[in-house]
Amino acid sequence: MTDINMQQTGSEASRKRLEIIRASLSRRHRAEAIFKGLGIAAIVLALALVGTLFWQVFSKGTPSLFQSTLHLDITFDPEVVEVGPAPEAGSGLSPAEYEEAYLDWRRALALVNWNELIANAIRDVSGTEIDGGDVRALVDNNAGLVLRSRFQDNPDLLGQTVPMDLLVSANGDNWLKGTIDRDLPDERQQLSADTRNLLDELRADDVITMDFAWHLFTNVDSRTAPASAGLAGAFMGSLYMMLIVIVLAVPIGVASAIYLEEFAPQNRITDLIEVNINNLAAVPSIVFGLLGAAVFINYFHLPISAPLVGGLVLTLMTLPTIIIATRAALKAVSPSLRQAALGLGASKTQMVFQHVLPVTFPSILTATIIGVAQALGETAPLLLIGMNAFVASVPASPLDQATALPVQVYLWQGNENRNFFEARTSAAIIVLLGLMLVLNAIAIFLRTRLERRG
Amino acid sequence: MKFALVTSVAALTIAALGTTAAVAQSRDTIQIAGSSTVLPFASIVAEEFGAAYPEFNTPVVGSGGSSGGLRQFCEGVGENTIDIANASRKMRAGEVEACAEAGVEDIREIVIGYDGIVFAVGADQGDFALEPIHVYKALAAQVPQDGEMVDNPYTNWSEIDSSLPDQDIALAIPASNHGTREVFEENVVLPGCEAAELPEMNEDEMEAACLNFRQDVVTEIAGDYTETLARLEANPSTMGVFGLSFYDQNRDTLKVATVSGVEPTMDSIAAGDYPVSRPLQFYVKGAHIGVIPGLEEYVQFFLSDQIAGAGGRLEEAGLIPASEEFRSTEVSDFMDGTQFEASAE
Repeated sequence: MTDINMQQTGSEASRKRLEIIRASLSRRHRAEAIFKGLGIAAIVLALALVGTLFWQVFSKGTPSLFQSTLHLDITFDPEVVEVGPAPEAGSGLSPAEYEEAYLDWRRALALVNWNELIANAIRDVSGTEIDGGDVRALVDNNAGLVLRSRFQDNPDLLGQTVPMDLLVSANGDNWLKGTIDRDLPDERQQLSADTRNLLDELRADDVITMDFAWHLFTNVDSRTAPASAGLAGAFMGSLYMMLIVIVLAVPIGVASAIYLEEFAPQNRITDLIEVNINNLAAVPSIVFGLLGAAVFINYFHLPISAPLVGGLVLTLMTLPTIIIATRAALKAVSPSLRQAALGLGASKTQMVFQHVLPVTFPSILTATIIGVAQALGETAPLLLIGMNAFVASVPASPLDQATALPVQVYLWQGNENRNFFEARTSAAIIVLLGLMLVLNAIAIFLRTRLERRG
Repeated sequence: MKFALVTSVAALTIAALGTTAAVAQSRDTIQIAGSSTVLPFASIVAEEFGAAYPEFNTPVVGSGGSSGGLRQFCEGVGENTIDIANASRKMRAGEVEACAEAGVEDIREIVIGYDGIVFAVGADQGDFALEPIHVYKALAAQVPQDGEMVDNPYTNWSEIDSSLPDQDIALAIPASNHGTREVFEENVVLPGCEAAELPEMNEDEMEAACLNFRQDVVTEIAGDYTETLARLEANPSTMGVFGLSFYDQNRDTLKVATVSGVEPTMDSIAAGDYPVSRPLQFYVKGAHIGVIPGLEEYVQFFLSDQIAGAGGRLEEAGLIPASEEFRSTEVSDFMDGTQFEASAE
């Protein structure tokens, strides 16, 4: 009797317990579901934002990867190209005399009316009378220079006819692509009605085609010939800076991390250093630019607008990232590895460089590449050391004036021919993003390879 | 160990070499900075200069506004300082002093041509026929009413004058780092202020009252004209202040206002009919002539007929050319070493 009673109360109690457990279980499941839902929502939101950004950039930038190009048969008419034969080296001239004569010859070339050759070619192909002014509206300003350098490289072309590809002017490109509304009245168009008709006619006859804009990668920036503006100068500037960052920041950063982590005594001074390194990592990049302008340019008298100074400033910015990442990697190495090395009689230096450091290579490498990628996209400090200047030549060394890729984006964004440069800016962003992706891919590839080996 | 040692030694050597090389190497490229209004013109000349003179490098042109450029210009003499400062306003006496303190004494001014400042709204907005007094009443913090200064009551252009469109007042004007700001104040705001007949006060108070702008409807733009244009796109009722050449290249999205009944065009500005125009100029560091190759040739090339003359390359880009006589005087003054003297303020 009592047994049954107890059993009954027992089952009663366990039933209640079960209920409580069920209730709490469903509460916990609900909490889990909510958390999961929030997580998915966050990821979807992030993806949507990245997707919008990429879509924006790509839909705006892709058109400018293809540019209207004129295919003309240019005749180097001796009546227009009125220059003597090019001086020849060694033909009785001393090197100095030859230099002088060659310079004179190039000066004479600069005075030739190259646009007339283009006007002749267009007249031949379209039957429309056209003068120098029309040519300038139709063809990119740099076309004359293209002809000139072609002739300078090969003076035998005099009197010959050669097929050449010339870029259509920025405004012509706008018209053909419809970047400026084609229905707008004459006074709000950039080109005259005649020029617009001629463009349409040439486009219909396939004299003008939309070709891939290789010059975007091979040309330097240009104001006088906006259609031919490219990224080559900015790319080289960025390349020099990244080389300087890698050469300086990696050895210095890794060495200081090793010293702080493995050799330095734990005391107030090292604590202070550690705190300051962490602080340095959080300093806004523009402050490094101010520092660079004050120290490297005003005190050390390094040249302004030079990738050397930019590289040094970005090195300062990247150093804390590399030091912190390397220290974290060193900390993560299991103590047994150190003890085994020391136990076998290795010195502390041998232990660090032969056993601990090789294990941390993948992490250090990743940190370096991510640090460099960050430095590659940095703009603010470069504005303060004069790297936002207009530079129309490819820098031959880190001491020459140059811009950088992100600065070029900034410069093009501010160009007054907005109809043309809006797309060009997005194209530059695509190139920059592509470079970042490549860098990150290299980081992932190297990490997985090195990790597998280790 | 070896690797790290070798690389760090290499790094330090490179850094050291870089430093000495920089000091030893003499710069052979002209370095320019300053006004963002002059920048497009100077960049075009720089490129054409590089193409026309095979023996010289293409000059490097930076921006930073007239004030920023002149500050860099006055940092001193030497290869790590700029050679030329572009400016859309005249150098001030204070700047000449600052220059002299840093050792920059031989300053030569070259006026390259003229530029108009235009008021423009989005192409689908109303037509504006502005008078200086309208602009003053739109942006002043306090305006005179019945002989007393009261807080600016106007929120709509049509309240200022019934001839103006029914449109909310919003203005994007250049910030004080731009030379355009000074011209804007001197040629539009101050005349407008005078016309508004402020109550009796002394001259300093008068100027302060005239140039005290309200902050709620006036946005100061420190960047370039594209930033102003972005403001117009964000808030379509905004009126922006632009350079004539910028407006000219963006006629598809902008509509210009007349000032005192004159429409800003190259002709009306060249004739002096349009009231808001100013000379554009650059300043050359005399001490760098002969040190940095090509400086003299750059100046001569800049003012040559094919570049700054009527029908030249810069007119195409929107610069209003100066007369041939004027340009040749500028060049000969420059070659004779005539130095710039700031007018007393």
